[in-house]
Amino acid sequence: MEHIVIIGNGISGVTLARHIRKLSDKKITIVSAETDYFFSRTALMYVYMGHMKFEHTQPYENWFWEKNRINLKKGYVENIHTNSKTLQFADGDTLQYDKLVIATGSKPNKFGWPGQDLEGVMGMYHKQDLDNLEKHAPNKDVCKRAVIVGGGLIGIELAEMLNSRSIPVTFLVRESSFWNGVLPEGESAMINRHIKNHHIDLRLSTNLKEIKSDENGKVKSVIIEETGEELECNVVGLTAGVSPNIDFIKDSAIETGRGVKVNRFLETNIADVYAIGDCAEQHEAIGNRRPIEAVWYTGRMMGETLAQTICGNRIEYKPGHWFNSAKFMDIEYQTYGWVFAKSRENEAHFHWKHQDDTKCITVAYHKDSNEFLGINTFGIRMRHEIFDKWLTEKRDVDYVMNHLSDANFDPEFYSKFENDILSAYNNQLQTA
Amino acid sequence: MSNKLNHSMSLAKPDALNITTKQKIALILGVVGLFILALALFNTNFPNKGLFLTLSLGLIVLGTIVYSREAYLTKLEGIKNDGQWFKSISSRGIWGWILGVILTGFYIVLYFYPKYLGLGQGADGANTGLISLFDPLSQLLSGRNASQWFVYGTLYTIAILAFGYKFILKYRHNRYQQIRTVSVMFFQLGFAFLIPEFMYVMNNDLPYYDLKSIWPLNYYIFDEWSVNGFLSNGNIGLALILFGIISIFVITPILTYKFGKRWYCSWVCGCGGLAETAGDSFRHLSSKKMYAWKLERWLIHLVLVFSVVMTTAMVYTYLGYDKNDFWLTRSVFISLVIGFLTIIFVGVMYFKRQELGKDAKYGAIGFFSVIALLLIMHFTGTTDNVFYVKASSLRSAYGIYIGSIFSGVIGTGFYPILGSRSWCRFGCPMAAILGFQQRLFSKFRITTNGGQCISCGNCSNSCEMGIDVRHYAQKGENIVRSSCVGCGICSAVCPRGVLKLENDSMKGRINPTEVLLGNDVDLMELVNQK
Repeated sequence: MEHIVIIGNGISGVTLARHIRKLSDKKITIVSAETDYFFSRTALMYVYMGHMKFEHTQPYENWFWEKNRINLKKGYVENIHTNSKTLQFADGDTLQYDKLVIATGSKPNKFGWPGQDLEGVMGMYHKQDLDNLEKHAPNKDVCKRAVIVGGGLIGIELAEMLNSRSIPVTFLVRESSFWNGVLPEGESAMINRHIKNHHIDLRLSTNLKEIKSDENGKVKSVIIEETGEELECNVVGLTAGVSPNIDFIKDSAIETGRGVKVNRFLETNIADVYAIGDCAEQHEAIGNRRPIEAVWYTGRMMGETLAQTICGNRIEYKPGHWFNSAKFMDIEYQTYGWVFAKSRENEAHFHWKHQDDTKCITVAYHKDSNEFLGINTFGIRMRHEIFDKWLTEKRDVDYVMNHLSDANFDPEFYSKFENDILSAYNNQLQTA
Repeated sequence: MSNKLNHSMSLAKPDALNITTKQKIALILGVVGLFILALALFNTNFPNKGLFLTLSLGLIVLGTIVYSREAYLTKLEGIKNDGQWFKSISSRGIWGWILGVILTGFYIVLYFYPKYLGLGQGADGANTGLISLFDPLSQLLSGRNASQWFVYGTLYTIAILAFGYKFILKYRHNRYQQIRTVSVMFFQLGFAFLIPEFMYVMNNDLPYYDLKSIWPLNYYIFDEWSVNGFLSNGNIGLALILFGIISIFVITPILTYKFGKRWYCSWVCGCGGLAETAGDSFRHLSSKKMYAWKLERWLIHLVLVFSVVMTTAMVYTYLGYDKNDFWLTRSVFISLVIGFLTIIFVGVMYFKRQELGKDAKYGAIGFFSVIALLLIMHFTGTTDNVFYVKASSLRSAYGIYIGSIFSGVIGTGFYPILGSRSWCRFGCPMAAILGFQQRLFSKFRITTNGGQCISCGNCSNSCEMGIDVRHYAQKGENIVRSSCVGCGICSAVCPRGVLKLENDSMKGRINPTEVLLGNDVDLMELVNQK
């Protein structure tokens, strides 16, 4: 029986394993050094906040794996010998495979800051980071202040986590406004205000210079690049993005760039070796997507796709319309299609913001053809299915604005803003 | 694993999260209110009972209000579940167990030893103790002395009102939650508490009737004393008992078809009302494991069978043999019941056979056992005996084991251990009927928003009915489960806007998918069309 070995038990690897099992009887082994069972990485924050226990982040009960004949092996792969199709583990163990899938995800970026490996300095990505945070920041007496470096999705989640235990947070963001490489100005500015409303000390256009140690090798303070100011703190969160977690592959014959290089079939340069999820790097970007997509949904889609190829129906990874979501403290964010931070040539944005400063939308469209290109929505839930359909049908922006209520996905009895939005849209067109 | 909960056994400071000084004062106010009740329980004879009762209930309500305002109004609107798995009381810590023991003890005394509450223990059968403290309020409302049920009803209503207020503040960003909570507060205060008292004032021969409590949840409505009580009161009594029959056979199916069982379970019902308000802090404690679901399906349907057979047997025993007394004789009645059950059974098997899958077999076994039971009863029953036991023993067994122990002692007493809806989930026969219809003939579903689920588990965690909501959401599949009471908390806590409670057409309501929206359209077509 063909043995499929998957390194990594995240959403990509697990989705792949589930789909292979549906399609075939192949022997499947999932290898992980992080945890015994699959858990939802995006839910780690809720464990620290006390909304859930760690076991609740595991989407499948423990019996699921045996029932579906998916072997789980805990171990750290040190080397991949592609000639003999053997994995070598750190503890000396080996494992033979017929087909190998690398789905090892990401690791937090560190940019060579002095002191970045001190005790109390951590990313917020792995289960071990959560354990580490629990150790260094159990409450506001042990952790009198935390400094977060890097204004992205993980940074704001870490801020929310610490805030839930009343630990004062200073949030250093290199950009002039939160996540403004992705979010248009109005939205980014609204999130800045929302962060500050949660009593988080948000410092924009601010860089970390170094992290200082106390006599025991623990974090004592950070120095800020621009002002030289020293901030005392007990925890430093490094959340300046992630990069593929592939150091263990560098010595193998598998071609890597920033990630594991794959073609559109998610195949590497070595036969029978594949890569999916955060750690895979496309030779050429697909459409407007980045060559490396460190997103839950794309990892899942690659898993769904590769299962077909591995089970004999070789197909390309051909993702549909872009979508994503996040939550910034209390404000939910969804995006469908492409809305860039700065509208590209021939594109225009329509922006509407509610006076309560927690809801807004930005709609991107083509200036000449009026084709609807995408929407960002904050504080108003919208239907994935409808936007996916409108994007496929290449609807024009007028149609979308006039039918926005079809896409509303807020709970029953919520106030509706479609009329507000539409009249703002019509007014803007008249003045423009 | 460092995330295992290690509860401190300290009573003074067991929690990772501290409460503010104002909240401590609020807690003290509430405790003083409860302490007055405790003093009364231990036979302190208060001079001015009306004053002390007002003081006690007032302090409890005031304490809850002040506590809640401090907890929620000092923060921005949003999900407020921080530390729910750290707090001793809401994570089966020592305070949780203490509360569970106190509540359970209260229910045991209430149902089985009301004399310890002071029922009729004074001179000439007057009340003493806790019950006598409530005499002034009962006198005010209906001009009679209080009973243990009046005390219970008052405390129950107070709990729903005070914790309902807390719930409304907690979800002040969510209008579905607010309106729903106002609704349960209204039905408890009006229908369960005030209207029956006023009905007594108008006509003191009428049996207690909470109009919103429908058979089989209201298992005593068709008891002989109850039916006689209604019938001996002319048109109004007749109207009431007709309303009881129409409720279950006409109103319920229509509303459940349009809105799902939530119209009752989380908008009207008193049991649900308490679970949603006072029980809100315990909702996440329900088990989401597969074995709990299996147990649930067996238990709740067994209770339903028990209640149908028991009620039929009860009515059967007081009906006559002869047509001359009343057209509804035993034979006619038993034929009606069997006929009705058969129509439902055949209808479901004909129209919904596919959806039932292998459960159809269990349904068939269940149906034929009920019919067999009823026929055995018919051919072996005498005036007093059915199944060779006294019919009244059957009824009292149901009353004790299901009505009191299951729904009260376990259902509410175990809130801090089993979660807030263990009765609704494992025992309530009304929920079983509504759920059966919701699964098969209803427009209601929880829609999953395309491919947006991140499998975080907040939805499953907060489901009081123990539904593994995530199991469906992460497959992009709508949630159509008989047990769903439509409380809407899964939708509220979802960080990515994935879930929406909706009433829409029956078509495409159940939509299992393998590949989620957002991927290659050809792949979706290939895999999902199978």
